[in-house]
Amino acid sequence: MGALLTPALGTVVWASIAFLVVLFVLRRFAWGPILAALNDREASIAGALNEAEKVRKEMEELAASNENQLKEARAERDRMLREAREMADKLVADAKNTAREAADKEVAAAKDAIALERKAAIAELKSEVGNISLDIAERLLRDKLESNDEQKALVNRLIDESPLN
Amino acid sequence: MNRLFSSFRAFFAALLLITGTSVLAQDHGHGVEGHDDTHEAHAAHEAHDAHGEHGEHAESTDANAAHDDHGHHEEFVAGDFIIHHIADAHDIHLWGDLHIPLPIILYVEGAGPKIFMSSAFHGHGHGDKHAEVDGIDYTMHAEDGTTADGLAVISGQITAKSEGAVLEVLDFSITKSVFGMLVILALMVWMFIGMAGYYKKNPGKAPKGMANALEPLILFVRDEIAKPSIGDKADRYMPFLLTAFFFIFFCNLLGLVPFLGGFNVTGTIGVTVALATLVFLITNLSGNKHYWGHIFWPPGVPVPVKLILIPIEIVSIIMKPTVLMIRLTANISAGHIIILSFTSLIFIFGDNGNAIAAGSGIGVFSTAFMIFMYFLELLVAFLQAFVFTLLAAIYFGDATHDPAHH
Repeated sequence: MGALLTPALGTVVWASIAFLVVLFVLRRFAWGPILAALNDREASIAGALNEAEKVRKEMEELAASNENQLKEARAERDRMLREAREMADKLVADAKNTAREAADKEVAAAKDAIALERKAAIAELKSEVGNISLDIAERLLRDKLESNDEQKALVNRLIDESPLN
Repeated sequence: MNRLFSSFRAFFAALLLITGTSVLAQDHGHGVEGHDDTHEAHAAHEAHDAHGEHGEHAESTDANAAHDDHGHHEEFVAGDFIIHHIADAHDIHLWGDLHIPLPIILYVEGAGPKIFMSSAFHGHGHGDKHAEVDGIDYTMHAEDGTTADGLAVISGQITAKSEGAVLEVLDFSITKSVFGMLVILALMVWMFIGMAGYYKKNPGKAPKGMANALEPLILFVRDEIAKPSIGDKADRYMPFLLTAFFFIFFCNLLGLVPFLGGFNVTGTIGVTVALATLVFLITNLSGNKHYWGHIFWPPGVPVPVKLILIPIEIVSIIMKPTVLMIRLTANISAGHIIILSFTSLIFIFGDNGNAIAAGSGIGVFSTAFMIFMYFLELLVAFLQAFVFTLLAAIYFGDATHDPAHH
């Protein structure tokens, strides 16, 4: 049992020396480079993940801005359509107005012309009536000589024939 | 990763399958060889010290023959068998009589450093072994006790005598545990420097092969042990924590590999003493004002309580690494002891070959239980490495903790 519980001097010395030598060798040539490599890789993975996250956000922003642009475009289109419709309506209305005015003018001119024609016709009629009256009077005067009855019948006939009514 | 894991699994399954049989085979040798310690054998040995190996073999054959005549004279003693297997040794005992010799390095009083191979020691079975090199007689003691010269010795200790005078000996031998430790450390240097090379060659790439297998453990030490316990200053302690973690983990695993002579590196108290001493030194050398303040004038308690706490705190400086040391040694040794106990059961019930049916019957049960224990020990191998590293990290964290930051 003694051998199990008593630390042997040689074992302690060898273990200390060998362990320390290996500790320093590994620290210089193994643990340093390995831990540095692990840290570098972790940093690069973390960097890559961050980068991916950033790109994802950018994509989202891009998509959102696309959406906005689409909305704006749609609104623009609607506005343009509305304006076009309004303009067309206005044009039509203007045209109608112009047409109406023109028509009114025509009508007024026509009315004026008719009034003139009428005056001229009336004047012509007057002179015609005068002429007919003169004619009648002339023929009356001529027939008067023959008989009264005939004169009267003639006057009545002439009156009937006259285009006065 | 998956493929690596399944090949590991296949490997361990194969190990476990052969473990039961191998332990049986290994220890059957012990039972039948009937290593004895009889006085006749000793006397014969000492008389023929100069005979060399051939003479030895002849003697030991004779001794065995004599032993067989004695029948049940030597009982199977499970305790001795287990202690022999978990204790450190000066050679690697593979199975039967097959030993791998290791260098014995001694500093002998008056004679200076002496280096020779452990194969120079000759002796019978589990008894004391002797060697004579450069005119000095060395004895490797088998049992704890007192020598004829009045020296108190423990098993495995080497004493030296020259012309009847006892010489003081300092033993710096490459023992089984030291050898296992050096193998593991060399393996770590190879693995991790290779891994660092891989990262240098493939910066920013996902790891493959060995780097892939070890990276999760490195990240585990960094993210689960060092950072939560130490905080911002974790980087400074990472080399020690990583080296300690992998050293303990691999040594624990080495102890579970059969056919290699049953290494018990982390169960050898000398090794854990060295580790715990480093933890002690690092903790106290990096202790800040706040740390020492807590020890010598604990805040927030009345003065009489302070007077009680101060000695407790001072003792705790030593106690913390001591507990680390004992926990690791005890846990790893305990696992080995349990597995060996189940092996011993087979021989106890088998009555040293006289009750083969009973031995076989209990063998089935023991082997099943050993398989279970092996799985448990695989877990413990990791767990103890984790616990040691975590507690060391917590101590470092305590020593460097800056209350102003929190």
